[in-house]
Amino acid sequence: MSSLLEVRSVHKSFVRGGGAFANEGKAERFVAVEGVSFEVARGETFAVVGESGCGKTTLARMVLRLIEPDHGAILFEGRDLLQLSDGALRAQRREMQMIFQDPFASLNPRMRVGEIVAEPLAIHEPQRSSGERLGRAGEMLRRVGLDQSALQRYPHEFSGGQRQRIGIARALILRPKLIVADEPVSALDVSVGAQVLLLLQELQKEFALTYLFISHSLPVVAQLASQIAVMRAGKLVECGPADRILHHPGSGYARELLAAVPEIPRPGQV
Amino acid sequence: MTALLEIRSLTVELPTAAGWVKPVNDLSLQIAAGQTLGLVGESGSGKTMLALALMGLLPPGARVHGETRLVTKEGTAKSLTTLDEEGWRKVRGQQIAMIFQEPMTSLNPVMRIGAQIEEAILAHQPNLERGAVQLRLRTAMKHASMPEPETRARQFPHQLSGGLRQRAMIAMALAPSPELLIADEPTTALDVTVQKQILDLLDRLRRELDLALLFITHDLGVVAKVADRVAVMYAGRIVEEGPVQKVLLSPQHPYTQGLLAASPTLERRVLTPIPGTVPQLKQLPPGCAFAPRCSFRRAECDQAVPAFRQVEPDHGARCVLP
Repeated sequence: MSSLLEVRSVHKSFVRGGGAFANEGKAERFVAVEGVSFEVARGETFAVVGESGCGKTTLARMVLRLIEPDHGAILFEGRDLLQLSDGALRAQRREMQMIFQDPFASLNPRMRVGEIVAEPLAIHEPQRSSGERLGRAGEMLRRVGLDQSALQRYPHEFSGGQRQRIGIARALILRPKLIVADEPVSALDVSVGAQVLLLLQELQKEFALTYLFISHSLPVVAQLASQIAVMRAGKLVECGPADRILHHPGSGYARELLAAVPEIPRPGQV
Repeated sequence: MTALLEIRSLTVELPTAAGWVKPVNDLSLQIAAGQTLGLVGESGSGKTMLALALMGLLPPGARVHGETRLVTKEGTAKSLTTLDEEGWRKVRGQQIAMIFQEPMTSLNPVMRIGAQIEEAILAHQPNLERGAVQLRLRTAMKHASMPEPETRARQFPHQLSGGLRQRAMIAMALAPSPELLIADEPTTALDVTVQKQILDLLDRLRRELDLALLFITHDLGVVAKVADRVAVMYAGRIVEEGPVQKVLLSPQHPYTQGLLAASPTLERRVLTPIPGTVPQLKQLPPGCAFAPRCSFRRAECDQAVPAFRQVEPDHGARCVLP
């Protein structure tokens, strides 16, 4: 089994306490991600869990090279993304797309949904006619459960769950291999969140997708992860098959996180 | 058991361009002192509007029908539905206090934490001496279990973590010794380990101060942990109410069943989402508001809003199904 993505001891620190009003030299460096390594196999769902500030979003953005790591390597199908030229990186990015947490902030309010979903095509396949692009956008919208009429409407006309579907359609329109999903359901209501999780599972099978799934919620991760990495203060505390992490965690921190989850009583449980 | 708060057929109407809507519709609830009532519902169910009605903070133009009574420990009853602004000022903060989801937006960013808590104390007892205010401040911070209270009192909100900010909010809310605390998604923005600490704190305060707690959340796991009783709200109405174990283990209303089937847990299982979406308040069906999404729908569901039926003396649902 070849890995689609391999992250090798990536490291990222930010300057903190500086800013326009700070004295020279007062700024200190804050280490967001420290020596993180893992491999993601094709077709699996690799979840990174951790509390706020643990560095999971920085890690996700580095995988897409939206944030430049200080050092380390990020191999996508064996090619180090950090060594790629701008042009080569742009071509590579069509293979890897992102789904964001906030469906209200991640869609341009002044663009029609058809343009939003077709925009990646306009960038990566400019030779296609706009009619062809809109046709593809319409197909993808239908696949994620939205009506054709959505093409002509604006994001504010849709509910949170529908907007998240629009974001998913935009991420899938280039038929990427890897989807980085950063808290895709945490802004949604329970019943809507379940709809989106199920959709993500169906789409994974249909389009042979690999997910890098970032979340603070262990119950959400438990539904679809095959591998789980637990992150704390920039480092991977524990990493392994989902069943082992959820039922036989090796680290005290993973046990602490699991114990803090308020569980719903179920019939048959005592 | 006598209720501290008794809500009878409360309806809140708001004017919109499309006519009057009822975010709270013929709602009845009771909370006793020392008891936690969990109020569960998704966005738009009306749970926050109910909280605002209980605080006398409804938007201008709102119409209120029905009856809400607050019975103090001394046994005097006060009707909240007939209060004027002067009357509300004596209730709000003093008898009923509220904490919110995002403490940062409720705290003043340019005022020290201690001064903000003192302000909450002085708002209700303006003639209190300096020493007595300091004493009340220390008690409030101790109640909220704020570590290093002297240091924290001198800090500004941005210097505090999310959990400590929520503790500061709790200290402010409890400083005037209210009898009812409304907590509107107080832990939704917090990490699980911090959430656990805040839930434990609220539970301890409820017991120690004999506080009635109305805990609003969308998370059934949180409800299971904090609440004695739970009320499930949908489109402005209570659709099910009962002891938390009974409601979660043998839910009677299809909406409660749907929420449980859609909630992720640490055990992997097939999640079953509720089909469709929450109805718009201005386009509610004539019968049961949940009927269009319900898999047990019958003809009678569309004719009239089902009555609230008791399945057991302490557990009931607004559904025609047996």
